[in-house]
Amino acid sequence: MSLLQLQRRMAAELMRPLAPGDHIDPAIDAGYIKPNDRLTARERLEIYSRSYWYRLLDSLYEDFPGLRAVLGERVFKRLANGYLAERPSRSWTLRNLGSQLEEWLRQNPDYAGGRLDLAIDMIRLEWAHIEAFDGGTDAVLGPEDLLELGPDLRIGLQPYIRLIELRYPVDDLRVKVSAASEERGTASNAVLKRKAGGLVRRIHRLDPRHILLAVHRHDFMVYYRRLDAEEFHLLSALRRGLPLGKAMEAAVEDSPLPVEELRHRVETWFAAWAEMGWLARRTS
Amino acid sequence: MTQTCNCLRHDAAFFLIKVPANRFNGFTDYSVGVGLRIPHYQHILEKKPVVGWFEIISENYMVDGGRPLAILDQILEQYRVVQHGVSAYFGSAEPLNRDHLRRLKALVKRTKTRWLTDHLCWGSVDGTYSHDLLPMPYTFEAAKVTARKVREARSYLELPIAVENVSSYAEFHESEMTEWEFLNEVVERADCGILLDVNNIYVSSRNHGFNPYDYLNSVPPERVAQIHIAGHSKFAKYILDTHDHPVIDPVWKLYEHAIRRVGPAATLLEWDDRIPSFDEVHAEARKAEKYLAAPVAVAP
Repeated sequence: MSLLQLQRRMAAELMRPLAPGDHIDPAIDAGYIKPNDRLTARERLEIYSRSYWYRLLDSLYEDFPGLRAVLGERVFKRLANGYLAERPSRSWTLRNLGSQLEEWLRQNPDYAGGRLDLAIDMIRLEWAHIEAFDGGTDAVLGPEDLLELGPDLRIGLQPYIRLIELRYPVDDLRVKVSAASEERGTASNAVLKRKAGGLVRRIHRLDPRHILLAVHRHDFMVYYRRLDAEEFHLLSALRRGLPLGKAMEAAVEDSPLPVEELRHRVETWFAAWAEMGWLARRTS
Repeated sequence: MTQTCNCLRHDAAFFLIKVPANRFNGFTDYSVGVGLRIPHYQHILEKKPVVGWFEIISENYMVDGGRPLAILDQILEQYRVVQHGVSAYFGSAEPLNRDHLRRLKALVKRTKTRWLTDHLCWGSVDGTYSHDLLPMPYTFEAAKVTARKVREARSYLELPIAVENVSSYAEFHESEMTEWEFLNEVVERADCGILLDVNNIYVSSRNHGFNPYDYLNSVPPERVAQIHIAGHSKFAKYILDTHDHPVIDPVWKLYEHAIRRVGPAATLLEWDDRIPSFDEVHAEARKAEKYLAAPVAVAP
């Protein structure tokens, strides 16, 4: 067996989903592995198979705490196993493990436990969170750079900022999940159970609500900022590379707001964006 | 800067002070270091403990921005950093990942690491990643492939590379030599250094039933760029390399033997799970100092 053949066979076998009891599939014989006086070939491969599944499942658990809260642990585990079985990691970094989860779940809605829209929204938010955490930064445009705004000016948006449109207020929910997680270890079991129960009830009662959100960071912490429709469209147009004049047109064309109100809001937005370092010099 | 003394004698009674600087660790003389881990960031930045050097997991900082790089930059202002990778997979049959290499090179420029290490293992096939350090079949074909990839990476990164022996839990019928023969075959073909992990030698020796001293005695001392020490977990039928305990006495004994052969090499304690306070980890690492300070007897 060549090196490539051996590696293909071993990878295929250790990445096969674990059987009940977290045992390796009994159909695998792992005949290319030597047994020793304590372990069969299959048992030796099982050490690697468990390690693979535990590591990748742990990674998804850490990256998607909000999705776990939405689905519950049992449904989440089934989803995570199904996703990893069909979409094993294609990146050298575990950071990217959840990058295809939204697309996969849309193709496999049965894994959402009857809460597909809510689950999709939470996945989009949590993936944006990951990207905002360690995304790149371009040279910042400060308030002084904005003194001479003109219609042909091209302004960039910091690469780490993510703009997302949601059908549920999952931003609030995600903040509560994080807070509950931080409390773990300090509160008593009784308090934790009461709070967990409250969170579950809140998820069940969550009504749809159209949310436009910027996922950004400040002092290396990730934050969620809800946006007006015009603000969201203006930022999206800047992200697409439109010059300022065209971006403004695109942002306000469907706005019911009076011109004076829009003018006031635009000034406020630009001041806030500059303050938060959201605006960047366009490099091209 | 110190130089390597090559006057090795196969005579246990012969004592000399041998310095560990060599071309595989950038002719440095780093002593005891600690793995940089997230739970210790705040302590390190606030208390500024005296530490010989920090080892970072390269992949944790191969990102575009944000907190990981900001923290790293603060560490770099005050400490020497050596990069240790987990995803180069020199032993995978497929070519090196160009995106991984490009990001690795950017990080090398940032840290100014004097040498770079990764594992003698495989972990990906046909572009699918296991994110594990999978064991090599000890074949001449595998040695050839691995050595070629180490050479390619070194040429691109323009930096000395040392490969680390991994803990393993499986052996292959295909193997044509022992693990230590395979290590020698790879490093000779690649002309690269060795990151000698004495805990991994101990773990594998227990899992596969070989004498760890046979392994240590076969390692070419002049190629050892660095040494790793760590703790592990014992199960009924095997030992797992978990990096979640202090170093046990038999591993310290192996370390002592390694230092006798290699000289006072740069030594790094790994502690990756159930991580205690920084002071506790640092104190465990500093136990190595008594071995490093002892006169060196060159063992056969």
